Amino acid sequence: MKLRQIKEFIIEKLIFLSGILSILFVVLIFTFLLKEGFLFFKEISIKTFITGKYWYPISDPEQFGILPLILGSLIVTLGAIIVSVPLSIACAFYISEVAQGRIKDILKAGIEMLAAIPSVVLGFIGMTTLVPFLKNVFNLPTGLTALSGSIMLGLMAMPTIITISEDAINAVPKSYKEGALALGATRWQAMYRVIIHAALPGIIAASMLGIGRVIGETMAVMMITGNAAVIPTTFLQPVRTLTATIAAEMGETVHGSMHYYSLFAIGIILFVITFIINVTADMFLHRNKK
Amino acid sequence: MDNAAFSITQMRVSYARKEVIKGVSVSIMPNTVTALIGPSGCGKSTFIRSLNRINDLIPSFRISGDIIYRQKDIYDKETDVVELRRRIGMVFQKPNPFPKSIYENIAYGLRIHGLNIKDTIDETVESSLKKAALWDEVKDNLKQNALTLSGGQQQRLCIARTLATQPEVILFDEPCSALDPISTAKIEELIHHLKQSYTIIIVTHNMQQAARVSEYAGFFLLGELIEFGKTQELFTAPKDKRTEDYITGRFG
Ligand SMILES: Nc1ncnc2c1ncn2[C@@H]1O[C@H](COP(=O)(O)OP(=O)(O)OP(=O)(O)O)[C@@H](O)[C@H]1O
Ligand SMILES: [Mg+2]
Repeated sequence: MKLRQIKEFIIEKLIFLSGILSILFVVLIFTFLLKEGFLFFKEISIKTFITGKYWYPISDPEQFGILPLILGSLIVTLGAIIVSVPLSIACAFYISEVAQGRIKDILKAGIEMLAAIPSVVLGFIGMTTLVPFLKNVFNLPTGLTALSGSIMLGLMAMPTIITISEDAINAVPKSYKEGALALGATRWQAMYRVIIHAALPGIIAASMLGIGRVIGETMAVMMITGNAAVIPTTFLQPVRTLTATIAAEMGETVHGSMHYYSLFAIGIILFVITFIINVTADMFLHRNKK
Repeated sequence: MDNAAFSITQMRVSYARKEVIKGVSVSIMPNTVTALIGPSGCGKSTFIRSLNRINDLIPSFRISGDIIYRQKDIYDKETDVVELRRRIGMVFQKPNPFPKSIYENIAYGLRIHGLNIKDTIDETVESSLKKAALWDEVKDNLKQNALTLSGGQQQRLCIARTLATQPEVILFDEPCSALDPISTAKIEELIHHLKQSYTIIIVTHNMQQAARVSEYAGFFLLGELIEFGKTQELFTAPKDKRTEDYITGRFG
């Protein structure tokens, strides 16, 4: 009796502690990020930082404009959305509504495998296959472009989008589908007008979570987008993203320099963007639950 | 019978290995109400769900026999299942309106059949809701989400939705089992009106209901149609001992 109570007590406290710890870590990381970034914003206003067109952190005079980087991230992400979202939704529908038996199992396993491939490996594969392919097809000076990044990142986002969309579609009561078919709807009409409609909040949340992953992704984009910090005008030119900038330059900066702090400032911007996306996705997911 | 709506001979249905309809033969007359009664699990739902081929959704479903609707075998390879389901409407046991507005629930059936003229849709929405005795309750809130309606209202909306697509037959699978007596009375009255223009088959556990609404009645037991005939005869002078036992409540 006593012993059980003690055990309960310890377990309860341990769980509490781990909960608190994870929150603590987040707070610590965030404070650190803010502190380092803040030093930067004392010198340069957020506005010039975000709207500056030139990223020359080590030339003289140095210029810290991250507009090309933001647009680089944006164009790669936009491309990834175009590549992954429609395909993933179609795939989720195929798996939950059409595929049966073996094919379904194989597909699901395949998608899990895709999720398990480390992004470096995907970057590497992209570099040796996709990049030369795009170079030849579009007759470009280099295949290291926003498009290559978009395609690889789209692939990376697909497992998340597919799995969560599939859950959302499966959660749609079977009676909706029966109701639609009983009215003489074709399978496609039932899917398109009733099932998608009912699963939409979940599908949107799935897309946002998938894309959230894409925005934070670093390795693959660094390897295959060419890393040129210029304002992108097409998908077929090299771009540099926010994440790649941090990853590529952090090793080379002098600790405590403006350049060093500017990378943390980029981190803050990235944090804010991802945070907004996750919160929005969460809102959709919860609206779905209700 | 040549003028029958459905002529069914030796219908057999199984799910995986399990046979649940064991050779049912029956003819259903047009513009009549036919009630099907029988204990739980005897295959009533399976039977009527085979008539609009909605059971095709169940992978393990297998059917054999001749199921003829208006001189055509509905399980023929040539059958246009989508068209068949439009002609043979169905109202389910649990009300299943779509998670859309009241208006859209009815408009859906029209749109999928290619009708996009707003005035016609408006008119059909109104007339279907009137036929389903729901218009007065919802006419000011057509934009309201259908899921906020009461169970009885939802079921009448499902009936309205079915009426809007102008089927020839309406299959009801225990449409009142989730409803209170007042909603039930409304739906029974509705069925009474509908039989002038539709062929109606209704599954029900409620014997009084079967007696009230139907002209023909069938008694199912363990996948067999034990007895079929005029409702009045079946209830007052059943020919089979098992029917008699069931309707007098001697076994359940
Ligand atoms: N999808 C299915 N897969 C396997 N067996 C099924 C399926 N649907 C029904 N059955 C079985 O078929 C038999 C007949 O079921 P059915 O639903 O037709 O009965 P019912 O007469 O409508 O019963 P109730 O009055 O309870 O609705 C039951 O034994 C049931 O277990
Ligand atoms: Mg049933």
